[in-house]
Amino acid sequence: MKTVSAPARSKSVYYDSAVAGNPALEELREVWNYRNLIYQLTRRDVLSRYKRSVLGVAWTMLNPLGMMLVLTIAFSQVFRFDTELSYPAYVLSGLVVWNFFSQTTTAAMVNLVWGGGLLHRIYVPRTSFALAAILTGVVNLLFAMIPLLLVMLITRVPFSFTILLFPVPLLLLAAFALRVGLMISTFAVYFPDVSEMYAIAILGWMYLTPVIYPESILPDAYRSLITGLNPMYYMVKLFRTVVYFGQLPAPSDLLVAALISLVFLTAGWIIFTRKAGEFSYRI
Amino acid sequence: MVEIDSADEKEEIIRLENVSVRYSAPSERFNTFKEYAIRYLQGKVRHEVFLALHDVSLSVYKNEIFGIIGNNGAGKSTMLKLIARVLRPSSGRVWVKGRVAPLLELGAGFHPELSGRENIYLNGAMLGFTRKEMDQKFASIVEFSEVGDFIEAPLRTYSSGMWARLGFSVAIDVNPDILILDEILSVGDESFQRKCLNRIDQIIKGNATILFVSHNMALVEQMCQRAVWLDHGVVKAIGDAREVVDAYRRSQT
Repeated sequence: MKTVSAPARSKSVYYDSAVAGNPALEELREVWNYRNLIYQLTRRDVLSRYKRSVLGVAWTMLNPLGMMLVLTIAFSQVFRFDTELSYPAYVLSGLVVWNFFSQTTTAAMVNLVWGGGLLHRIYVPRTSFALAAILTGVVNLLFAMIPLLLVMLITRVPFSFTILLFPVPLLLLAAFALRVGLMISTFAVYFPDVSEMYAIAILGWMYLTPVIYPESILPDAYRSLITGLNPMYYMVKLFRTVVYFGQLPAPSDLLVAALISLVFLTAGWIIFTRKAGEFSYRI
Repeated sequence: MVEIDSADEKEEIIRLENVSVRYSAPSERFNTFKEYAIRYLQGKVRHEVFLALHDVSLSVYKNEIFGIIGNNGAGKSTMLKLIARVLRPSSGRVWVKGRVAPLLELGAGFHPELSGRENIYLNGAMLGFTRKEMDQKFASIVEFSEVGDFIEAPLRTYSSGMWARLGFSVAIDVNPDILILDEILSVGDESFQRKCLNRIDQIIKGNATILFVSHNMALVEQMCQRAVWLDHGVVKAIGDAREVVDAYRRSQT
């Protein structure tokens, strides 16, 4: 055996900090390499949720249903919102989207903090936790679609083929949620109280988004402010357009939502992957 | 005398070249974001630059047990993080040939609601293994852990000893090229401990390299061929484990 002056590139695992490239692209490659981890994390989240109680799966469906019932009683009787077809289906379609958003972003944060103990011992792509949270959310949303369709059936909302397009808004929503999840989990790594603050913030955010009320009740003075500056407005609207109203989305709405998702996610990904190198000082 | 540091005959497996790790942290510790925000608005947040490692160069060779010693805060865990590629150096170069695996805090990353089987696959995935690879390892992991039929039961039904044994069994079955041991094993009863040490012995014989971090100097002397002594991020001594430990001991009195 001879002295190895310059390491020969072996086909086995090889790491050289000097040849590490752009962190954002590197992360993408590593996510692919670690796809089994993301699958396992998703599986864990889905299974642990549904194992804990017999009502597990049912709960995913009952929770928004219960909220819908309360809201229906409160609002359709007291305020008499005009939501055209059926208030219960209207509110439920909004809640399905909102629950996806709030659950996935919160889970991204919880997962990353949970994984903290491991993150400074072994290398795993830091985005895996947020990605797994999003995938878990997609599974839960698919379950939550069942009661939505039932309520639409019962309240005689006409079904349109456009329902089949729901993966399109879901994809944009998932991209946006991933970005928000990455951003707040970065904060949560540094400050543990961020998760409480986020819980309050997201509640406020929901009331500023036409989820449980129709857009038409917004005062004209604020309407453009609330709709224009709120990315979630487009996500909720897009989903509702194809599922509840049974229409094809207006190209301009689709374009805005797609742009929001793409720009936000790209920026968030770059910031997160750059910051992620520092996490192991903190966690 | 055996000149342990003559490297010509050995294959280099880890090399650190003039590695420094610098990071800035707020000079106060902020536990909440509210606190931070208030201080920030008052303009009272100052960042200090810490040098966790300063111009460290060293090599570790294949199939040796390499000790890392030093007081708390000397940079031992920073060095491990660099080698495990959890951390990138601020300057300098780190290269590592082979798969690095730490002997994880036992059962860290386990989920109580999932069965032993599911947790094995989850933990394996964190160490970067595919499903297929885990399929092959599964039987030997279960056998080594001695949990038997409990493997299909949720982890919350396990005793703490079983939990730790399962964690150890996954970690030890990785067969890494470089194994990081940074706490001495205290898993289960004596017979299981002996089994663990035997297994570590096997790993060494199987051409693996071991990085051993410990405050137990006698153990470092006994186990390691070479060692490094870090102090405030600087290499104080490197070479024959006994000599390094001696130098360290002299400094402590």
